[in-house]
Amino acid sequence: MRKVAIVGVGQTPVREHWESSLRDLAVTALRDAMDDAGTDTVDGVCVGNMLSGALSEQEHLGSLIVDYAGLDGVEGMKIEAACGSGAAAIRMAVKAVASGLMDTVGVVGVEKLTEFSGKYSTAALATAADADYETTMGLTFVGINALLMRRYMHEYKADKNDFSIFPVNAHQNAVHNPDAMFRYPITENQYINSKFIADPINLMDSSPIADGAAAVIVCAMENVSQFKGHPAAILACEVGTDTIALDNRKNPLWLRGVERSVKKAYYVSGLGPKDIDFFEVHDAFSIITALSLEASGFADKGKALQFASETGIGIKGGLPLTTCGGLKGRGHPVGATGVYQVVEAAKQIRGEVSEKIQVEKNNIAMAQNIGGSGATVITTILKKV
Amino acid sequence: MDIPRYWRLKNQRYRMRGKKCIDCGYLSFPPRIVCPECKSRNTEPYEFAGRGTLYSYTTIYQSPDRFDQMAPYFVGLIDLEEGVRVTAQLTDVTLKELEIGMELEMVIRQIYEDGPRGPVLYGYKFRPKFAEKVKV
Repeated sequence: MRKVAIVGVGQTPVREHWESSLRDLAVTALRDAMDDAGTDTVDGVCVGNMLSGALSEQEHLGSLIVDYAGLDGVEGMKIEAACGSGAAAIRMAVKAVASGLMDTVGVVGVEKLTEFSGKYSTAALATAADADYETTMGLTFVGINALLMRRYMHEYKADKNDFSIFPVNAHQNAVHNPDAMFRYPITENQYINSKFIADPINLMDSSPIADGAAAVIVCAMENVSQFKGHPAAILACEVGTDTIALDNRKNPLWLRGVERSVKKAYYVSGLGPKDIDFFEVHDAFSIITALSLEASGFADKGKALQFASETGIGIKGGLPLTTCGGLKGRGHPVGATGVYQVVEAAKQIRGEVSEKIQVEKNNIAMAQNIGGSGATVITTILKKV
Repeated sequence: MDIPRYWRLKNQRYRMRGKKCIDCGYLSFPPRIVCPECKSRNTEPYEFAGRGTLYSYTTIYQSPDRFDQMAPYFVGLIDLEEGVRVTAQLTDVTLKELEIGMELEMVIRQIYEDGPRGPVLYGYKFRPKFAEKVKV
């Protein structure tokens, strides 16, 4: 297998992009990444997207984006793994380049969630769960996470207010990311007083639906000198899976998909949790951040909140989390999110983010993208070159 | 309107019929073609008794459109006495009465109406064990 690297990054701001179409967002991010890499062609394009069919009445995204990006004749396909679609697309590109099948692959994650009302998008997002046995019971995606959070609080005697550490940190970092959706800080008090969406999950536990596109150019490490973009090595990009339905898991509070994904990622990179300088965690809901920290080997079972406050998750903390705002602050355009995380990690490694959110130790980054309630998990580890 | 799907799932929604693996005895709900434990395809139907305890619960305030007229409503994870966990709405109960570990039983109720002209979908929900609520 060849070693692979990222030599180009691009992203649109995360917003309610009423003025831009799905294809405009995707092509802008992809072309920005190609410009950053200094290339005007790629061997293939992997498109990460979840809901173009349901919310833009558009499938066949591979061909659409290749066509509009001016890449006539290039192979392009859509990869879908719910909220994990973005990193799943990166995984496909890594496989293609590592195997030698392709030399350079463009990955673009794109999502447009604000074409319809929020309620309509909520129903579409619930298709990540089991349609016959979870969604038809009236369970929403927020509801699934609420079931996890209630049980977590019950089993580990966790205080609901202590979860505020994650969204407060995410918003604080988003202030300094011009592409973030929510560029304002929130307080613990605001967290405590915000309204329930599915109790115990309130508005401040929940990442917002949004539009956006992010892209990376993946190439073989042996070819990085052909590109102008500063490279970041991809040490690992590994997938773990679990049952689609939450109720089919023996212990829902232990995300086996996360465990399987990080174990593989640590194995192929030869690293462990202590080697990670900062972590772009999938903070779709505060409870997922907690469960991810535990199954990724950073915190003991039931100790994620304690770990976060003791270790420090701010930019100057022991393990900076969601350094550019995370899903909560930057926004969560679902199929694009996994690519945003990797773009942000690469920019941290290059030293290209705002001074206020630049982490001091930026040698090894980990990004983790989670599909559904943990049924598909992709963990990516990047290293400074 | 997905009539075939309603029809196909009637044994699950009305009878809570899952599968038992003939080779290793593993019980599944929903029914699966392949036994998750021993990978055998040698399975037979198995009807769950519909009794269990509450593993976790939530109140849905922001519901999908088709559940609008019922919101807010409760959804729970229920540990069946046969050792299988299922997802269902909780009914005939107030938020104050809900408690992790409480005993529940299955009932058939309306899940939603598919528009003014569409069919009414029925299926299982869970309520506090009847004998506990009303002393007979």
